Amino acid sequence: MEVTASRPEAVSRTDRRKSGLAVRLKRNFAERWQLYILMLLPLIYLAVFKYVPMYGALIAFKNYVPTKGVWGSDWVGLKHFIRFFNSYEFVRIMKNTLLVSFYSLIAGFPFPIILALCLNFVKSASFKKSVQMITYAPHFISVVVMVGIIVQLLDPRVGLINTILKALGFSPINFMGEPGWFSHIFVWSGIWQNVGFSCIVYLAALASVDPSLHEAAVMDGANKLRRMWHIDLPSIIPVAIILLIMNTGHVLDIGFEKILLMQNPLNMSSSEVIDTYVYKVGLASTAINYSYSAAIGLFKSVINLILLVTVNRIAKKVGQTSLW
Amino acid sequence: MSSTIKESGDDRLFNIVNHVILFIFAITILYPLIYIVSASFSSSAAVVSGRVWLFPVEPSLAGYDAVFKHKLIVSSFLNSLFYMIVGTAINVVFTLMAAYPLSRKDFMPRNAVMALFVFTMMFSGGLIPSYLIVKQLGMIDTRWSLIIPGAIAVWNMIITRTYFQTTIPDELLEAAQMDGCDDWTFLRKIVLPLSGPIIAVIALFYAVGHWNQYFNALLYLKHQELYPLQLVLRDILVQNEVDASMITDVADAAAREGLRELLKYSLIVVSTVPVLIIYPFIQRHFVKGMMIGSLKG
Repeated sequence: MEVTASRPEAVSRTDRRKSGLAVRLKRNFAERWQLYILMLLPLIYLAVFKYVPMYGALIAFKNYVPTKGVWGSDWVGLKHFIRFFNSYEFVRIMKNTLLVSFYSLIAGFPFPIILALCLNFVKSASFKKSVQMITYAPHFISVVVMVGIIVQLLDPRVGLINTILKALGFSPINFMGEPGWFSHIFVWSGIWQNVGFSCIVYLAALASVDPSLHEAAVMDGANKLRRMWHIDLPSIIPVAIILLIMNTGHVLDIGFEKILLMQNPLNMSSSEVIDTYVYKVGLASTAINYSYSAAIGLFKSVINLILLVTVNRIAKKVGQTSLW
Repeated sequence: MSSTIKESGDDRLFNIVNHVILFIFAITILYPLIYIVSASFSSSAAVVSGRVWLFPVEPSLAGYDAVFKHKLIVSSFLNSLFYMIVGTAINVVFTLMAAYPLSRKDFMPRNAVMALFVFTMMFSGGLIPSYLIVKQLGMIDTRWSLIIPGAIAVWNMIITRTYFQTTIPDELLEAAQMDGCDDWTFLRKIVLPLSGPIIAVIALFYAVGHWNQYFNALLYLKHQELYPLQLVLRDILVQNEVDASMITDVADAAAREGLRELLKYSLIVVSTVPVLIIYPFIQRHFVKGMMIGSLKG
């Protein structure tokens, strides 16, 4: 986004420099007050539901008592954070969170790219369209139904997968009840659900490749595989990097709702992640502790932010691509 | 690419491998879906004994019968429709109200406001403070709690803004202003009529979001009569809490167990069909919208 003086107006440059920011804003408001009015409700929304909670996150450093409010409660410093770091849950939760997140980040990364590259070389429009239709569809299935499907298909007695295993002579596996299976089920069902939809962005990038590059390559005798490798792949790498940055920034909150639904007492040792823990401590337990729970949530948000900034900086240095 | 150039052997092999890969993708994604639909139309005995592979076995509508006899499913289905329609309307209006000024170069604070929006994508106060706000506003256990706190999705707002910037030329605005057109009239008479595709896209995204949301309902709602469909689905599909009242006419325990499994397959189909029906109609638009929003953003 370039910010340049948009339209040459009657005001001369020197005039403009002389007048302060406030004066210019005032003039802009007088001319364009209707735009400001339009912006009013969204801004109120943003303040109330996004920024007030950020201020409310202060309770992580306090002993929040609802009757005293955010500001009136007593400061306790880093007490809640230290309690979390020292708790016996800490190592397990961090391990689960990082494992599930990075696993889905890395395993989920190549498939949409492969799908997009393949689709791009299909000549028959109807075949291409049907593949796209089919692969997009699962994206629109809700998390609840998705987990319902997983549970049904993996059911030890009547599920499809175990029926197949039994037909092949293996003994049935109680997938949802074994902690070791949890991350695999979570990640691969996620890939199944989202591969088609994630590939749209890459298809868009491929559509903007200059056709003359391909023509020139054909002239030089390059076959399709070479063209895919030397023309198409490089053209989607910038998009891929940006997506990777964005996803890394959210690495700690991947699929919280799905994890919460997939949890059961049997797989808890590998399925408890930061978010589900925050929910349980803060809202679903009998002894509700808002401050402790908010501290854990804030810890997560800060780590996310640090990750995002770091990865962005690295990407800027390495590939001259960045989010901002 | 010109078709006059004859394909080499390499390219023919490439085409075959390419099609095989795509075929594997499509089958892997399609097969579970087909299986679920087939199971939902089979008899419960066939489902439980694992005789369903591809097509329905001993076709029956018993599962669907059970779904529509269930009182909570019908009422929550209607609730979800309400949340979807009212919620999406508010979402679209709010998103347009934010996106339009932010697309205008002559709206002076636009970079600052944009930064405020974008920052919320990267950092948030967290679950507990957000919950406390909703609580303080007295929205707990009201329908508003599922509608107002998510009034704008920043990502959709950015896509919309980018669409305005790329499809509506500055000259159009200047010409309109010459003719004495004010900003509201310009928005109403020129911008909105030109923005059909993007409105369809974000409306679809928001509608699907409302239809599929369960977590906010889990947090904010306690009265069953306000429950959206997804929350009821969660009890039945995931928590396995099937209300006994709907299987009263089946005496035998084994048959009841079978019907319980069958009901789940039918329920998966019933709850997913509304969304899957809409999306092919808007698919053309959303691919375009996604492209514009994500690449030029």
